[in-house]
Amino acid sequence: MSILIYAESAEGKFKKTAFELASYAKKIAAETGTTVTAVTINVSDASALAAYGVDKALNVNIDKLKAFNAKAYADVIKQAAVKESSKFVLFSSNTDSLYIAPLVAVGLEAGYASNVVGLPQSIAPFQVKRHAFSNKAFTVTEITTEVKVLAIGKNSFGLVESASSLTQEDFEPSLNDNDFTVKVESSEKVTGKVTIADAEIVVSGGRGLKGPENWGILEDLASALGAATACSKPVSDLGWRPHSEHVGQTGKPVAANLYIALGISGAIQHIAGINSSKVKVVINSDADAPFFKVADYGVVGDVFDIVPRLTEKIKAFKAQNS
Amino acid sequence: MPDTTAKINFTNGDTEFDASGVQFVINPNDEFGLTRAIWFKEQAGATVTVVNVGGPDAEATLRKALATGADEAIRVNAAPTDGFFVAKQLAEVVKNGGYDLVIAGKESLDYNGAMVPGMLAGLTGYDFVNGCIKLDVTGSDVTAVREIDGGKETISAKLPLVIAGQKGLVEEKDLRIPNMRGIMQARTKALTILEPVAANATTKAVKFEKPAPKSAVKLISPDNLDELVNLLHNEAKVI
Repeated sequence: MSILIYAESAEGKFKKTAFELASYAKKIAAETGTTVTAVTINVSDASALAAYGVDKALNVNIDKLKAFNAKAYADVIKQAAVKESSKFVLFSSNTDSLYIAPLVAVGLEAGYASNVVGLPQSIAPFQVKRHAFSNKAFTVTEITTEVKVLAIGKNSFGLVESASSLTQEDFEPSLNDNDFTVKVESSEKVTGKVTIADAEIVVSGGRGLKGPENWGILEDLASALGAATACSKPVSDLGWRPHSEHVGQTGKPVAANLYIALGISGAIQHIAGINSSKVKVVINSDADAPFFKVADYGVVGDVFDIVPRLTEKIKAFKAQNS
Repeated sequence: MPDTTAKINFTNGDTEFDASGVQFVINPNDEFGLTRAIWFKEQAGATVTVVNVGGPDAEATLRKALATGADEAIRVNAAPTDGFFVAKQLAEVVKNGGYDLVIAGKESLDYNGAMVPGMLAGLTGYDFVNGCIKLDVTGSDVTAVREIDGGKETISAKLPLVIAGQKGLVEEKDLRIPNMRGIMQARTKALTILEPVAANATTKAVKFEKPAPKSAVKLISPDNLDELVNLLHNEAKVI
């Protein structure tokens, strides 16, 4: 009956979203009088999960799973769910988790709700609130199957510490050769930079920065804040910045704690992609730019004047508060 | 799906999407896939079938895909009640049609479920590549690139395969749009209507909500950036 979570990791370490997911699961477990079990894959020590209420870790250590493989990972999680007789299987909204979740849902004949924000509004019938219409609305979805699969939106619940006495056991699922017909040949990862997916703060630039040569001021601000850098669609279309930085409806979604838009007017498709960020700041010379309608804080003025001065203020603030 | 600039409203006590006055378009993620499929047709002689699960209203969208260059269209005549129901209908079409490659969009931009392609793969037993930004096929060998958190990954796979694609499958400037000749030809292309197979929806939309109205933006003078730092720290608590 235990609630099962997939605690996603990278290079043997849990992602922050794994702790957020554990926090969320603990809350449902408390309400339904059950426990939380985490599946971990190639994590040497899962004890960090104890701080967020996980009661049991099923640790899978298999060399063949070192490279991500959705079908094989889904098989592992399905078998863990069956072993634990789990009625809930929970995922975070990381790229890999979202890849696995529908495969698990079909395999367990479970209803699946993605983009979940907040705790269930009701357990029986089971109803959760989800983002829909690209963040322009919410929908309350009822899952009618016995087993339920959820993917929880990033930063939508937060971390809640809750100490537990974690027991760990090795879990050896049976894997099928057919699971491995899709193979990773190579991967390119930006190292030493905060990625948009993991970032708490994202600094994003639009056409108002006038050209790729001016990105230095944005990067300085991002570096002072420990933020990831991003850009609007026109900027990536013009080739000023790589496609991988494009955020918006057809680009990457952003669910950061703080989103700072520099010289971005705020087209509806851009806003749709970043609107689940908690706090939005816009700096733009055009006071009528639509971004001011959705922002929490705004500065009307020249980005080339304001941004370097803001960076200095942030640095001074960090120096004082560290 | 509704046009990406459409105003989103609900009706019938906030239990239904209000489609009045809303223009429906092909999901942008699917448009990239459609153009890539047409490219395969031109390069390798593939036949391209477009399929939709929906009511008669969806036929205009299917005709547009035919005018863009698809060879035939199938509409499964049912309301797309949830992701699983749609995946089940598509799986039936895929199994009966013996398709080598299924190109879906990574997610719809209305319900944003991002679940149909993976469920379809699970139901058909096809392999699956999610978040695909590049796709090449030689014989039955597939090379795909998918987005990962912080980078990208090159993948090899074999047909038959389901991919969930997005921007990058083709460049935006290369997206095909219908021309007059295509529109004329589309009128004579086959649009088959199939009745749905039995499947239970596993979820249902109970109601919809619009986000609470936002309080107005707090404007900070460019000469008082200390105030912005102060608000971000003490009020918003994000730095």
